[in-house]
Amino acid sequence: MATAASNVTAVAPTDPGATAPDSSRSKRRHLRFLSSPKAAVGAGLLLFFTVLAIVGPYITPYDPSARSNDLLQAPSWHHWFGTTHLGQDIFSQVVDGTRSVMYVGFLAGLVASVLAVLIGVTSGYLGGFASDLLSALTNVFLVIPALLLIIIITSSLPTGGETVVGLVIGFTSWAWGARVLRAQTLSLRRRDFIEAARATGESTWRIVIFELLPNLSAVIISGFIGTMIYAVMSEIILAFIGVPGLADWNWGTVLYWAQSQQALAQGAWWWFVPAGLAIAILGTSLSLVNFGIDEFVNPRLRNNGERGAKGADGRPVRMRVGFTPVVIPIPDEEPETAAGSGTGSGSATGTSGLVGSTSTSEDVAQ
Amino acid sequence: MKYFLQRLAFYVFTAWAAITINFFIPRLIPGDPVMALINKNRGQIDSHAIASLYILFGLNKHQSLWHQYTAYLAKLAHGDLGISFSNFPTPVSTILGNALPWTIGLAGAATVISFLIGTLLGVLSGWLRGSRLDFLLPVTTFISSIPAFWLGLLTVATVIAVGSSFPVSGGYDPGLIPHADTTFIGSAIEHSWLPLGMLVITTMSGWILSMRNMMVTVGSEDYITVAHAKGLSDRRVMFSYAARNALLPNVSGFSLAIGQILGSTVLVEIVFNYPGIGYEMLQAVGSTDYPLMEGVFLCITLAVLLANLLADIAYLILDPRTRKEG
Repeated sequence: MATAASNVTAVAPTDPGATAPDSSRSKRRHLRFLSSPKAAVGAGLLLFFTVLAIVGPYITPYDPSARSNDLLQAPSWHHWFGTTHLGQDIFSQVVDGTRSVMYVGFLAGLVASVLAVLIGVTSGYLGGFASDLLSALTNVFLVIPALLLIIIITSSLPTGGETVVGLVIGFTSWAWGARVLRAQTLSLRRRDFIEAARATGESTWRIVIFELLPNLSAVIISGFIGTMIYAVMSEIILAFIGVPGLADWNWGTVLYWAQSQQALAQGAWWWFVPAGLAIAILGTSLSLVNFGIDEFVNPRLRNNGERGAKGADGRPVRMRVGFTPVVIPIPDEEPETAAGSGTGSGSATGTSGLVGSTSTSEDVAQ
Repeated sequence: MKYFLQRLAFYVFTAWAAITINFFIPRLIPGDPVMALINKNRGQIDSHAIASLYILFGLNKHQSLWHQYTAYLAKLAHGDLGISFSNFPTPVSTILGNALPWTIGLAGAATVISFLIGTLLGVLSGWLRGSRLDFLLPVTTFISSIPAFWLGLLTVATVIAVGSSFPVSGGYDPGLIPHADTTFIGSAIEHSWLPLGMLVITTMSGWILSMRNMMVTVGSEDYITVAHAKGLSDRRVMFSYAARNALLPNVSGFSLAIGQILGSTVLVEIVFNYPGIGYEMLQAVGSTDYPLMEGVFLCITLAVLLANLLADIAYLILDPRTRKEG
């Protein structure tokens, strides 16, 4: 949301009348975003992993590569997650590996988002032959199995390392975001405010940057987070199957050693459980943030405020599928009696933001 | 028909793009795969063999890029994918030919089963919104964040720890010779339970979520209200009116899912030592066997395209609007 807010303030000098309510509202919106428990839990976990990524290598109790005489020990006070066949401390490996995982996820997400915005918005806004070409390119990249492509490229590259892996993942995984952005841009470009901006003679660049992008910011951010999930998984998979160049510790390398040293057959569950759980928790936290964004953008998906909401006539409004209450008194209107249309839908309480991708899947379907 | 031809043209174009990417990867990458191979096997490869390695790779420096490209296409047209480094005299196509049925069988069965179960659960949980079925959502969110291969590792560990004799490795009992008889097929099916289960569990959540979303969206359409007003049974409205229309995006989402499913199949095969393409991929990565890797990539891409074509045909049958134009 920070993108949206900063863009709004950037417009402020030229258009003071319109932005005054916006800037005060953006503050409240920030708070409201975190008031959703899903988003708060997700953001909290994400913050935890980010901090761990920054300070991780400095706070590990042992050197993650250092061998010791405690071979293949179960978790204890000395070694929280136990030790490997060489006596390495698994807790240190997992903590130390957080940085690599987060770095690759962030880098790939950034690269893919920039590419997706460039290609998606361009092809959605410009139209014509170039648009068709970019759209075809997007579809080709969507269909080609990216994971295998990433494996081939990273294992053929002479030099490895996190940066290269992150870049390769970013350059091969932008297509999904580009497709969603294109669909969204196509629907936005005929809206009145864009037409108005064009009619007042604003340049294309200005329209794209100040009118279009702020309205796309939620899609861009959720695309960024989606790519981050994907990139984290991909890096771990690469490390797990032993693609060269990922020599540093990350959760995938921990699993790689666990697998190659037959940790399973020896019953050394502590060797692969923590790293896998860390992956799952990081993935869940990113998904939760994404649901939070969806709910934030699409009020129909929100749970809070639904319960106890009252219509202007004082009657409680009952939520049901596909029903967005407009809290304005409309005489002789009885929205609840429409015969059976809500059968089985019940009250919308407990429906989570998972509905969130509705808008996305619809756009894509078209 | 016009729609179908358009899709077909797109797939031909994508296949060409994939082949071209495959051709250019070893040529565009900084560094030299042949030199990398020689450095890796220091001392094992005779320096006289270098020139022949280049030719074997199709990287003959004395030919123009265009000449190499046409030669590559011509070889490909005959099903010649080069010779595997790690299993030296065996052609890549033979290795893939042996591995492909396993992967296609596993991924195909997993796709169909998870699509059916996931869509059904999605229909129910979308229709019965607010009921106890809502517990599916947090559970599936968490499960979809778990890498399938890790779940596989856990399962293998559990089976070993429990001491069960359930097969956790390989595609069939060692000692059996792959051919079509009941012992072999029975053994193959028994070995496929766990990998199949892992794939179904981890890929199902996507179907549930998208189907549920579509059911919720479709549920507010007027024709649903009309169907209820006509007094049709709830079940009939749910399946014939709501689900039938909600299914369309799921079918078109198939194209994206199939690539992902094949991706997780590759990994699950590695965990379970299943004799499919993923296992070959692991071998290829371990021994930097580029021809084999590229063969795997090409093979999987073509399989994805074929699956997409099938999904498009299904879409054509399900959605009359696409038929009207032609």
